[in-house]
Amino acid sequence: MVHLSDVSMTYKAGTHAADHLSMDIQDGEFVFLVGQSGSGKTTIIKLLTGEVRADEGEIEVNGFDLRTIRRRNLPALRRTLGVIFQDFRLISNKTVYENVAFAMHVIGASRHEIRERVPYVLKLVGLEGREKRLPQELSGGEQQRVAIARALVNSPSLIIADEPTGNLDPARSLELMLLLHKINELGTTVLVVTHEKELVNAFSKRVITLEEGRVASDGTGGYYGHEAD
Amino acid sequence: MKLTKIFYLIKEGVKSIFTHGFMSFACVLVILACLLIMGNFALLSLNIDHNIKQLESQNEILAFVDENLSLEDAKAIGPRLRTLDNVLDVQFVTREEAMESFISKYDDEEMFSDLTPGTFRNRYLVFLEDLSRMETTRDDIEQVEGIAEVSASLEVSRGFILVRNVVTIVSVALILILFVISIFIMQNTIKLATFSRREEIAIMKMVGAGNAFIRWPFIIQGLVLGMLGGVIAFLLQMGIYEVLTRRIAASSLAMMVEVLPFNTLMYPLLGVFLGLGLLVGTFGSSIAIRNYLKV
Repeated sequence: MVHLSDVSMTYKAGTHAADHLSMDIQDGEFVFLVGQSGSGKTTIIKLLTGEVRADEGEIEVNGFDLRTIRRRNLPALRRTLGVIFQDFRLISNKTVYENVAFAMHVIGASRHEIRERVPYVLKLVGLEGREKRLPQELSGGEQQRVAIARALVNSPSLIIADEPTGNLDPARSLELMLLLHKINELGTTVLVVTHEKELVNAFSKRVITLEEGRVASDGTGGYYGHEAD
Repeated sequence: MKLTKIFYLIKEGVKSIFTHGFMSFACVLVILACLLIMGNFALLSLNIDHNIKQLESQNEILAFVDENLSLEDAKAIGPRLRTLDNVLDVQFVTREEAMESFISKYDDEEMFSDLTPGTFRNRYLVFLEDLSRMETTRDDIEQVEGIAEVSASLEVSRGFILVRNVVTIVSVALILILFVISIFIMQNTIKLATFSRREEIAIMKMVGAGNAFIRWPFIIQGLVLGMLGGVIAFLLQMGIYEVLTRRIAASSLAMMVEVLPFNTLMYPLLGVFLGLGLLVGTFGSSIAIRNYLKV
């Protein structure tokens, strides 16, 4: 569950990234967070993952109060999340299998658990047979699926995808969105940050639109009405 | 920490040495170069100090025996001199031996043909443990019954002490400067190696890795590289020292200087090299990644 109430945040340079922003995301929801560049989308992700702190307001993610959370407890919060980035952020000298297994080593999973879980997740995202490849030997779509597998492997309650289709062609983008939809149907909450209008409008999901650090609109089955930049 | 996790961290640390081969090579090379420069200088200083001490030990006190004492009584003073503080050794020299030694110093021996042993006194050569306490020891010797007069080259001993002090201060200062420079260079090399992996560290943080989980492979990597640098530096140092020792032994320098055998320096040197390598490797890596852990 995600709860933001009256959150404000200004960067040192003076940019108001969040301005008395409030939103709630319930368990099991699929939400698109949209808005033009500079609307505060990336800041929301950074706030939810504890990368930056809000100046004021309440933020709660998966039971963690991010106003009072200590730095040493951030890993525990992040283990309840699965984060997917536009640039995939895979470790280049680790194979597909190792990149996914790495997230399980972090939580101290046993070798047996890793051997069982990693192939299962790789199969789920359609990367069976690619286990020994290095990231640079894969296509963009495949690399993003590795990132999804890594985000998924520890069964997080919330997956946050930051512009996950930014480096993919339309066909691969749709394929990826369908995969996230499938993951959501299996019970995981999914928050997709994007500015791709057509992709958002292809799905009948809740759409939260940000403008200058504020929620401009929030509607289930909504449309992304603004021009993509 | 679970055993599986410990094994994983060790494996990751060792593996990253090979996956970041060039930076690992650079780290070992820098550690190696710094240790060798420091090692060579330290060994040179030790040898200079040793040779000065050798020269010092030859600077003895002359204690002349009362002329009224018989030879037996004069010889009986020896054990009493040996019990004095700061006395390393004593050597009795008879009148005859003193005369022979005196004549042998001159080319024209005939000039001294009329000289008789009676001209000389029985004497003791007193060797000291610590030259800086020569004056006190001289006073102690003067108090011994049967000793008529004591001759000590206080000026010469002060000269030796001054030279040794200067050499010690200069050596320690230079070694300390080299040490600080080495630490700085080594830490910066490790920092550079870590900088190239900051993206990897950011990914680790994002998937929920704690600081210890990220730090340990780096520390293990630093530990292995530091140890490797230390061992290779020691082996090279041994080779350089042996070659130089052989060259000095074969040259005219052998008459003037005494080179300390390497086996007397081997274990302390290995300890220092390994210790420094490990210290710099482990602390260097843990300090270097500190900045990237604050995400």
